[in-house]
Amino acid sequence: MPYTPELKKLIKRVEKTRPERVERKKKGEEFPALSLKEREDILKYHPDFKDEGRSEIKVGSSKGYKISNEIVDLLHAESRVSTELLDLSNPDYEADVLVIGGGGAGTSAALTARENGAKVILATKLRHGDANTMMAEGGIQAATKNTKDSPYYHYLDAMGGGHFTNDPDLVEELVNGAPLVIQWLEKLGAMFSKFDDGRLKTMHGGGTSRKRMHYAGDITGAEIMRTIRDEARSHTDDIKVLEFSPAVELIINKKGICSGAVLYNLETEEYIIVKAKATIMATGGSGRLHMQNFMTTNHYGATADGLIMAYRAGVSLKFLHTVQYHPTGAVFPEQSEGLLITEKFRGAGANIVNVEGKQFVYEREPRDVEASAIIRECIEAGKGIPLPNGKYGVWLDSPMIDIIKGEGTVRKEFPGKWILFKRYDIDITKDPMLVYPTLHYQNGGLEINSKCETSLPGLYAGGEVSGGVHGENRLMGNSLLDVTVFGRIAGEAAAGFAHNKYKDAKLTLEHVDKYHKELKREGVDTKGRVSPMLLPDYSNPDVRKRQLTTQYLGTMR
Amino acid sequence: MSKDSAPKNKSKKQSEPIHDMVPIFLMGKKYDVPATLTIQKAFEYAGYQLVRGCGCRGGICGACGTVYRFPDSYRIEVGLACQTVVEPNMYIAQIPFFPANRAQYDLEKLEPTGSTVTALYPEIYKCVGCGTCTRSCPMDIDVMEYISRAIRGDIAGAAELSFDCVMCGLCAARCPAEEAQYNIAILTRRLYGRYIVPGARHLKDAVENIKKKKFEKGLGKLKKMNVDKLKEVYNERETEPQFGPEDWEPENKDYLVTK
Repeated sequence: MPYTPELKKLIKRVEKTRPERVERKKKGEEFPALSLKEREDILKYHPDFKDEGRSEIKVGSSKGYKISNEIVDLLHAESRVSTELLDLSNPDYEADVLVIGGGGAGTSAALTARENGAKVILATKLRHGDANTMMAEGGIQAATKNTKDSPYYHYLDAMGGGHFTNDPDLVEELVNGAPLVIQWLEKLGAMFSKFDDGRLKTMHGGGTSRKRMHYAGDITGAEIMRTIRDEARSHTDDIKVLEFSPAVELIINKKGICSGAVLYNLETEEYIIVKAKATIMATGGSGRLHMQNFMTTNHYGATADGLIMAYRAGVSLKFLHTVQYHPTGAVFPEQSEGLLITEKFRGAGANIVNVEGKQFVYEREPRDVEASAIIRECIEAGKGIPLPNGKYGVWLDSPMIDIIKGEGTVRKEFPGKWILFKRYDIDITKDPMLVYPTLHYQNGGLEINSKCETSLPGLYAGGEVSGGVHGENRLMGNSLLDVTVFGRIAGEAAAGFAHNKYKDAKLTLEHVDKYHKELKREGVDTKGRVSPMLLPDYSNPDVRKRQLTTQYLGTMR
Repeated sequence: MSKDSAPKNKSKKQSEPIHDMVPIFLMGKKYDVPATLTIQKAFEYAGYQLVRGCGCRGGICGACGTVYRFPDSYRIEVGLACQTVVEPNMYIAQIPFFPANRAQYDLEKLEPTGSTVTALYPEIYKCVGCGTCTRSCPMDIDVMEYISRAIRGDIAGAAELSFDCVMCGLCAARCPAEEAQYNIAILTRRLYGRYIVPGARHLKDAVENIKKKKFEKGLGKLKKMNVDKLKEVYNERETEPQFGPEDWEPENKDYLVTK
């Protein structure tokens, strides 16, 4: 759907102010960035600060912690399986290391566990590679240019972005591991954007002090994901992949060691027992829970499964009180709603402007600050652009990029988005895009240390499911880095545990029974809910109402 | 904000009459759906809970390859279900999985030549040049052209041309020569990235510097700082100008490795 006549009229206002804004940009005159104090003030508009959006967890190791209602609901729910019906004595599969999740973290972990001599099973809910990693567009941070940058500055930027709440040990691992994973990926044949002499192209992202964002066109995550997936497929003897088989509970043995998981075959609806000497949780994020009813950039399977399973097994949660809203999700046309418009557009020079065509915020503030400023502009200042569906957005002035950097830049640097909008009859080199904050990233998650160990022996976690490395807010380009750095650490650590520390004992699901008892004791009304959620329900509610079968007999479900 | 497909919007859906409904045929069965929906959302509107054929919902993961045609046309059209808007009387079938040959290889033992590709995928010579693959690509990639470049040994060309491939498999599903073009494509891209594009010298140096622990002291200092001091250092850090030259250097070089 192309822009409506009303929107086209409003675009004229953006065009009117554009030449002056371009001139300023060319001179290096930026819209003033907010001070730390001003940032604090504007953050009050962030959805994280809405008290009605959160509630207390009533059971488990983080009891009393207030986080998103949507996650609490899943924690206040029962297991999908009746523990007494499962026979754990005859596992269907055995492995040294079980990796739960087939995205960037899980695949990196599987490859590294294999390098360290482990036989691996990788279980994933959908296809191998169906994950938020695949969708990450912008880039991956690493201080690879030591004449102007070093892990020192990368550390500083990450801490500042996270409001100085990040776990210092984890950040240290992240920034030191960064150049190493870029080298690893280069060796695996990932096609990073480079100069002819092999130097990696790098650019700024929100909150970076040096240009250290490496990228592969505007599909950096997809390039990384398909490359490491292809590498995993080169080692099918050592890495067995079970697709459409999400984990639903962890298994803990009588010696208190995490010893695998119960999987669920989404097609045959069987439960499958995998016994493993070490287990890695790499299930990613939770955008598909649609916190506070926001749209999301996330993958179909991002439903917080790993948080739920590991929490039942006793692992604490950290930094889940903050959720990252990407400042620029598409809001027009409707079928593109929620789609990520990478920060690189702003890095390349595109301003954010309101209905009057005026700039109201520096376009490279940290994500939570940028998102808050946009929400305030639309909701409080009333200067958002009204959309045909009654909602609001602001302009992302993409045509500036070609004017500043030369014609063809947008097509070359953002081929994916250019094609996408062309399908809707919108030429983003001529007309700006309409954007609004969209649910993007789970800043927090399972508590881990710098070896990716959780409090449960034999259970490791890495990537979006874990919390601490980004503190209360993640910078662009640190998530692809997180999944590869910590995926690799988890893989190595888990292989080490499997070889040296694992002790065999009877498998149990006693922790699940214990959790159920605690729910009862605390008087939590589960309202018949079961979790993990596995997939969001987008099917038509009117059709659901007509699905009247209440009991199943015979062959049809 | 509403969501991707908002279940909680149901009250709104019921109170407002929906205009512009169009008939479509999912696996041959007729449903009336709102004209603005993508094929993916049309499946859900019809009542499907998708398991197969749905991934990123953003046109990059390749899970939702779909074929369709119109009653008065013999042509098979293709698209990604999450990106293609429904049109009246579309006959739609999803192809979320299509079996395809993938050769086993160890990238470290390969040479970036055409004969590597043809040895691993000898069926590449069966290409009859019909161009069905190119017409079947929802990403508008000239598939036949990159295959012919791979046959000619132009690894770089095949890699560059196939860069936007989402590996949905529609090319392989329709190829009369039974090729798995997208698997050949990723082989060429990895050969290109690994062997043909020069390695980054500065990356090698950076890794060396970390291994020699050249930044340990600076990082140790930061880790020990209290938050107020850290904020001070953060606020005072120099920022590389956005449109500055690649060889820009900061004033303070204490925590860098200069040549």
